[in-house]
Amino acid sequence: MSFNDYNGIWVFAEQRDNELHEVSLELLGKARELADQSAMRVTAILVGHHIKSLAQVLINHGAHSVLIADDLRLESYRLIPYSLVMEQLIREYEPDILLMGATAMGVELAPRVAAKVQTGLSAHCIDLRLDDGQLLQVVPGWGGGVIATITCPDHRPQIATVMPGIMPVRKPVAGSGAVLDVAVKLPDSNLGPEVLEVTMEKPKEPPLEKADVVVAGGWGIGGDENWHMIEELASLLGGAVGATRPPVDEGWAREGQMIGQSGKTVRPTLYIGIGISGVMHHVVGMDQSKYTININIDPEADIFKVSDVIIVDDFKKILPPLIREIRSRLKEQ
Amino acid sequence: MERIIVCLKPVPDPKHWAEVTMDPDTKTLNRQGIPCIINPLDKHALEAALSIREAHGGEVVLLSMAPPFTVSVIREGLAMGADRAVLLSDPLFAGSDTLSTALILAAGCQHIGSFDMVLCGNMSIDGSTAQICSQLAEFLNLPNVMHVIDLDHQDKDNMIITQKIEHGYAKLRVSPPLVISVRKELNKPRYTPFTGIIDAESKEIIELSNEDLKIDAQRIGLEGSPTKMVGLEIRQYEREMERFEGTVEEVVQRLVNKIYQYGII
Repeated sequence: MSFNDYNGIWVFAEQRDNELHEVSLELLGKARELADQSAMRVTAILVGHHIKSLAQVLINHGAHSVLIADDLRLESYRLIPYSLVMEQLIREYEPDILLMGATAMGVELAPRVAAKVQTGLSAHCIDLRLDDGQLLQVVPGWGGGVIATITCPDHRPQIATVMPGIMPVRKPVAGSGAVLDVAVKLPDSNLGPEVLEVTMEKPKEPPLEKADVVVAGGWGIGGDENWHMIEELASLLGGAVGATRPPVDEGWAREGQMIGQSGKTVRPTLYIGIGISGVMHHVVGMDQSKYTININIDPEADIFKVSDVIIVDDFKKILPPLIREIRSRLKEQ
Repeated sequence: MERIIVCLKPVPDPKHWAEVTMDPDTKTLNRQGIPCIINPLDKHALEAALSIREAHGGEVVLLSMAPPFTVSVIREGLAMGADRAVLLSDPLFAGSDTLSTALILAAGCQHIGSFDMVLCGNMSIDGSTAQICSQLAEFLNLPNVMHVIDLDHQDKDNMIITQKIEHGYAKLRVSPPLVISVRKELNKPRYTPFTGIIDAESKEIIELSNEDLKIDAQRIGLEGSPTKMVGLEIRQYEREMERFEGTVEEVVQRLVNKIYQYGII
């Protein structure tokens, strides 16, 4: 099978209400890096209504060109029309690679698009490389304990969804590129479920994924009454609070603070984990941190395998003097 | 309601994942002796199906693509309250990626006959691709909704679905037939009653192979799957693993110095 006609790397530029999802910019950075290695072109795909103003942002972040599918029926995201438009674009332009964010939208849309054009799709990639035209798609499995490399040798495009927060955003450079409006072809009916309402709350604090310091607590914290120590240490270090699944389930922490496979991926300069056992689901979300410190009373805790500094002790003995000491250090400066 | 199909995946019990080893030569995982459980989110899908049946009648059919030895896991789903089960089992299916698996499951749904809904868990804990719901729906030519955290089926022809998205949610109006996949927030799966375990013994589990489904063999199994696994490794870490010991004061001093060295304070 020859794929000579299939060309370029596409990035699906996810937007809601004219706001780009950060992962789209992360993907553009990665796509441009891969494209520069292989003399390929990066095209950002914008689907929506009245979204043209976003094109320049995409170009500044690495896209050589932007394809826009603008239609009133695409104003808010709906799976059926969006997947039909993506199918139309893929058949018309035959991209070699399509990258999408592993977001609520991407996770729902990408598989439907892949099934429409009968090609392979890998999910929640944590790394992408090119090897002689083959996209090597690195994915975690078994809760992240196993890393598999996936290829799609005989079908095009090669489609992958990528975990948000993993690829760095390229420094924007004012650039120029072609912006092309595509004539959208959609049927008049059978466009699937009707959207009644979309509610989004602006997060109150800076995103966990961007924090330079993350202090995370686990089941070992034991209760709401101790959780304030995590928050205090985090705020002292100018960082954000993270959590494993149990504190979220117990209500000590919020859903948005969960780190791991079904939560956020963080890669701060410093990660401090308190009372965290280190199940794979959590570890995949934090193991790219530059430095890691863990305090756990259990000397056998798996989290210690991903720790630069290990303290086997009761956190209730360590944290109060640690907080005092850091506070006095900060005062001296 | 006439019929609801619930996709149920037997998965290796995560409590035993640490026992998984890899054959360094064949690069395959050795998962022998690791017991299987119902994929946790699939129980939430089954719970939703059972509550819809309680309100609107009909039957709940489990659908699973898995080797025959997982039949005890399927029976757990019957014990929870499903009416019968269809197990798709064939060596030809082995190694299928999500596209091929969705094709096989779609053939299974069509074999079962007409239905109002197909419910599945949003993702499995072993593969975690979350790709089956959308691909199954595409092959069935039906709409689908993922990330479902609320399902109001009072008006069964105009259900209101709440879907979790980043920093919020979307409310959708849907009409059967459709495919949905659910998150754990949707409900709390019921405990299996003791009588359920007894009843399950006499419930029907039909086993179908590709002789029944007649899918083009070129599109299924390891060979027919568009994605190929070319590398597999157990994740390794390179960390200092330096243990700070001593009195609390000593440990705290070293810790603060370290945080200073890291350039944080």
